[in-house]
Amino acid sequence: MLSPLLYTAPDDAVEATVLDVLEVGLSAAFGLSVQRLSRSRPPEGAWNARRGQYDASERLQAVGGFVPADPARVLGVTSRDIFLPGLSFVFGQAQLEGRAALLSLARLQQEFYGFPCDTLLLMKRACTEAVHELGHTFGLVHCRDPRCVMSLSTTVNQVDAKLPEFCGSCRILLHESTGMATLSSEPSRDEEEHP
Amino acid sequence: MKNQWQILIVDDEAAMRESLAAWLQEDGYLVDTAASGREGIAKAAEKDYVVYCVDLKMPPGIDGIETMTEIRKLHPDAAVLIITAYATVDTAITAMKEGAVDYLVKPCNPREISVVMERLIRVKTIERENQVLRHKLTGQYAFQNIVSRNARMLSLLELVRNVAGYRSTVLIRGESGTGKELFARALHQCGDRAGGPFVAVSCAALTETLLESELFGYEKGAFTGAQERHKGKFELADGGTLLLDEMGDISSKLQADLLRVLQERRFFRVGGSAEVGIDVRVIAATHVDLEAAIREGRFRQDLFYRLNVIEIHVPPLRERLEDVPLLARHFIEQLSLELGKEVAGISDAALRVLIAHDWPGNVRQLENAIERAIVNSREGVLSEADFAFLTGPSSAEADALSPGSMTLEEIERRTIAATLRKTQGNVKEAASVLGIDRSTLYEKLKRYDIANPHRPS
Repeated sequence: MLSPLLYTAPDDAVEATVLDVLEVGLSAAFGLSVQRLSRSRPPEGAWNARRGQYDASERLQAVGGFVPADPARVLGVTSRDIFLPGLSFVFGQAQLEGRAALLSLARLQQEFYGFPCDTLLLMKRACTEAVHELGHTFGLVHCRDPRCVMSLSTTVNQVDAKLPEFCGSCRILLHESTGMATLSSEPSRDEEEHP
Repeated sequence: MKNQWQILIVDDEAAMRESLAAWLQEDGYLVDTAASGREGIAKAAEKDYVVYCVDLKMPPGIDGIETMTEIRKLHPDAAVLIITAYATVDTAITAMKEGAVDYLVKPCNPREISVVMERLIRVKTIERENQVLRHKLTGQYAFQNIVSRNARMLSLLELVRNVAGYRSTVLIRGESGTGKELFARALHQCGDRAGGPFVAVSCAALTETLLESELFGYEKGAFTGAQERHKGKFELADGGTLLLDEMGDISSKLQADLLRVLQERRFFRVGGSAEVGIDVRVIAATHVDLEAAIREGRFRQDLFYRLNVIEIHVPPLRERLEDVPLLARHFIEQLSLELGKEVAGISDAALRVLIAHDWPGNVRQLENAIERAIVNSREGVLSEADFAFLTGPSSAEADALSPGSMTLEEIERRTIAATLRKTQGNVKEAASVLGIDRSTLYEKLKRYDIANPHRPS
């Protein structure tokens, strides 16, 4: 069995089906079992009425509060639009080499851009960006390979151009940064023993 | 790669500072922060950051523009990126006028900041690489136009750097054509007199009387034709450097005059009764064996000691043959431009010819040889054939290119004779090589009594 080392902390408005797929994707990418924490409302203080967005740094701080005492990572998942002071928006935010990351689904949805809802596309984008943000918590920085999940994306087109997995060098760095994460491309011991 | 660069964010708003830092850290940069203009300036004083992101409006105290100005005083090449929520055309213009490299309006698109930062750092990387390369170039190859990688030459250049700031007299010794004047200019340029004049006078070119008035100037009526006061080279070089070139052969009277000037820093103009005080650094250059001249009583020992405070002995080219390819390429680059002829380089075989030559006329002779090869070359690359004149039977030709102590007429006579040998007696071709017309060449052949070696007499 994999150790339960990754948690998701959804807010009240995130669809359960998206979370289900997201958790499968994260488990595959990091080789970790994923547990879902109970849903919560976004903190009041994070709301910026003037901008009509939530402050990502405030939300990230709140998400960090959910992390249990073990060396786990926690990913907050919100359907609200988030920003960083100084920046107009972000898809997500993470504590570099920290334990908390935050993913916003708001701008990953086709509806945001005036297109019809596309849940499958949203799921793919959500998986990609969730792996990206959690990658930062393992010390990975933006990658120059546009196909690597760690490449910087500030548009959905860039998100769509990425694969939901690490390039070779980011995979090595991920391995080096922590022995905790096993890699999705390599068969786990459990899989080898129980094919 | 990115990790070598450190960015400083100066913003009074903690949330802004931290979020920008977090974003840039995800991009892989090292980020430092300062909560005020003063703190930013203090951090900039400790180290130079690759980019400074400065918030324009930071009350109270020093605002963004002032912070930028102070940072640029510490690091004139600092890349300052101004970020502001209060964007107006005026503030943008002011920021750019004061030297900001770019200007971002908060809240900015996340892509914008990453792209701008990457661009600024790419430029900075190129600038620093350029600086390193220039430093390497000036340090090893082309210090003040002296091109060398010879260890002895490099140690001489180090000596030049060390003594350039002093007023001490320097004696530069070396064969003709070794670049003694370049060393004198380097001494001048590297010292604190660089802003003053550099005056060179060739002592060998003038008679004793002429040299005296050239060096010390003259008063009105000092001699026939002296219709007004004339400043001499010493006065013209006041506050700067005077190069006395080829001063090994000056008369004993002038030697005594020079000794007095060097000792007292004062002199009389020719025909004058008032002393003139000067602040001049004197550099003397000669190819003459001064010790032998002293033994033979032709040169004053006390003047020698006065001149020889610091000695620079420039080695002949044959003792630094490793510089030949470097110099050859340097001259090709320089002369092909000057002559307006596209010559891209030199073949290995041609370089072997140049290295095998003993260059009695030193670097000047090499320069002349390259010029001649470029003029005569029909290809884009100088070949062995372009330097055939160096390997021919005419050793006298090499002599002709190294004037040494020959008279101008003797040089001309030898050059004409050598060219005729090279063209196998073809007067038309020889005239073309020499750049004169045939009738002039015939006239000179007659005047110098040169027989055409390839024609029956």
